[in-house]
Amino acid sequence: MRGQGMDRRRFLGSSGQAAAGVMVMASSGATLMIAADGAWAMALKTLDGHQGQVLLGAVRTMYPHAALSDRYYAQVVEALDQDAGADAATAELLKSGVADLDQAIPVPWLDLSEGHREQALRSIEATPFFQALRGKTVTTLYNNERVWQAFGYEGPSFDDGGYLDRGFDDLAWLPEPPEEASPTMEL
Amino acid sequence: MASYDLNDDSVVIVIGSGAGGGTLAGELCQKGMPVVLLEAGKHQSIADFDNDEWNAFVQLSWLDKRTTSGSWRVATDFPNLPAWICKTVGGSTVHWAGASLRFQEHELKTRTVYGEVAGANLLDWPLTLAELEPYYARAEDKLGVTRTNDIPGLPGNNNFKVMYNGAIRVGYKNVHTGRMAINSRPRDERAACMQLGFCFQGCKSGAKWSTLYTEIPKAEATGKLDLRPESTALQIEHDDAGKVTGVLYADVAGQQHVQKGRAVCVAGNSIETPRLLLNSASSKFPDGLANSSGQVGRNYMRHTTGSVYGIFDQPVRMYRGTTMAGIITDESGNDPSRGFVGGYELETLSLGIPFMAAFLEPGAWGRDFCSAMESYANMAGMWIVGEDMPQEQNGITLHPEEKDSFGLPIPNVHFDDHANDVAMRNHAYKQGRAVYEAVGAQRVFETPPYPSTHNLGTCRQSANPRDGVCNKFGQTHDVANLFISDGSQFTTGAAENPTLTIVTLAIRQADHIAEQMSKGEI
Repeated sequence: MRGQGMDRRRFLGSSGQAAAGVMVMASSGATLMIAADGAWAMALKTLDGHQGQVLLGAVRTMYPHAALSDRYYAQVVEALDQDAGADAATAELLKSGVADLDQAIPVPWLDLSEGHREQALRSIEATPFFQALRGKTVTTLYNNERVWQAFGYEGPSFDDGGYLDRGFDDLAWLPEPPEEASPTMEL
Repeated sequence: MASYDLNDDSVVIVIGSGAGGGTLAGELCQKGMPVVLLEAGKHQSIADFDNDEWNAFVQLSWLDKRTTSGSWRVATDFPNLPAWICKTVGGSTVHWAGASLRFQEHELKTRTVYGEVAGANLLDWPLTLAELEPYYARAEDKLGVTRTNDIPGLPGNNNFKVMYNGAIRVGYKNVHTGRMAINSRPRDERAACMQLGFCFQGCKSGAKWSTLYTEIPKAEATGKLDLRPESTALQIEHDDAGKVTGVLYADVAGQQHVQKGRAVCVAGNSIETPRLLLNSASSKFPDGLANSSGQVGRNYMRHTTGSVYGIFDQPVRMYRGTTMAGIITDESGNDPSRGFVGGYELETLSLGIPFMAAFLEPGAWGRDFCSAMESYANMAGMWIVGEDMPQEQNGITLHPEEKDSFGLPIPNVHFDDHANDVAMRNHAYKQGRAVYEAVGAQRVFETPPYPSTHNLGTCRQSANPRDGVCNKFGQTHDVANLFISDGSQFTTGAAENPTLTIVTLAIRQADHIAEQMSKGEI
């Protein structure tokens, strides 16, 4: 497992600069966010680079998993950008929410320490923006097969014949229940 | 498959194709009666089922907008999703876990046994366990319930092993892999369980009973069933004499038709069934059809539920195998010394990562929540199913402003826990925690109730027409040829998962309808 997630979220000092691990480039009609190590890239069509970076940091602070690289959090931001492109009200909600986060504490979001970021998020927890952000993160971040693998969830089993012959009852750190409680399957 | 004319008023119209409607339609067809089965959802198949929680949720669930009110936490966390039930041919038998338990004798006479409970609208059922027993036997045979009819129990999975060992260590005696409508060996043209682990998403091996691939195709084979999927019932019509004459429904294209019929049987689950009766109000029935008692939509019950998840220092992998893989029944009796009337079952339950993230602690975020999610492979889970108190103000009403795409008021679902419900859930949380701590749980979560899967009681049976909507056959007190055919007719909810009893009542109702028709009474 990779444990670098926290380190890569150290941000440079002055406003307008990208996060240490993320480069922002303007392209024709879109903004590109590219991981400094080239591990991932995404195009924002409706949100701008600053908004993308704030949202990336926000979803990571909300659901901090050291084992997950920014790639998975970037997918949440990409989904938010798509929602913003499909619905003007959502775009406005996200943009004004980013502005609120930047003003929640008298230091711009990108410059905030991890603890202050959490504090800033707590201060807006009841807002529709926060709820939208949290809901989208839950349904996107945890709906990813690679995330399942990282947390030991194997997912669908039908194509492999189910778990019948693949460990559905392989737990060995407790005694076996008796036959009348848990009969052996007749095969 | 049959195709009946819209003006053929000899047909029986059944609305909804789940445990109640699908079974009833099947039983009537087996008796040679013509049936039009209206189902709002699509006709999907086992091949369409998707072992992916969110995809399957969108594919199978009833997602039409509903609103919520009351102090229940679902109204906060899932304000437009009070219930997690299905809109598809087969209804919620596509989604159910398969637990098939008979009611206990005292649960059919709660007003007598529990006495007066302040704030509760308790009432004895108008029937007894002895009256139900022969029909329970037919239902268990139909569903192929394990541990009945010489059908072996299912093998326990890892989640069950944790429950079993913890339960025995805290002194429970009645712990086993349950009475399940899941084949432990091939039976009735259905395969044996492959331990897929996606019971809630539609069983891809067909081992779990669902009307979708049992009662409905068998009914089609009789040549008597006219199944009309994607057909939404809008109103039930009646004549001047107060008999129902047909159903106004919208087809897949949105075209509206009236199907004439000799009798109408409503099985739309406990939110849509009362909504349809309320939306069928007329000058003759100004408060809604069959509502002279004022009880249509009231006494909504959802079982006292909640989940307990334990995190251990070794792997469990609870998601492997059947979702509801075992049961503790020791707490299911009525023992008021515990501080509440009624009882509850503890049944294993598992969610995949996507749903665990949404349901473990709705609204939670931050490092603590993430640490629990990272322990997913070491988690075991159980679900509480307990009897909740019927309360008159809990129920389904028509929204005063919001309308659906057909211009009809959407339903609002109101629910407040009764003090008895709270005391029972508190007891069950403590017992569930003790079970897991007895086998070394390092951390235990008390997870709040999910959107309701057991929706009951909104058109209840009663001996006296003043106290409820229908008699002991589900026949409405006010309209002789109108029937309630789903869990809406439950007078009280008992501690048991409701499907077996819904099926039992549907088989019994089919016999009653046939008898009444042969006598010319309806």
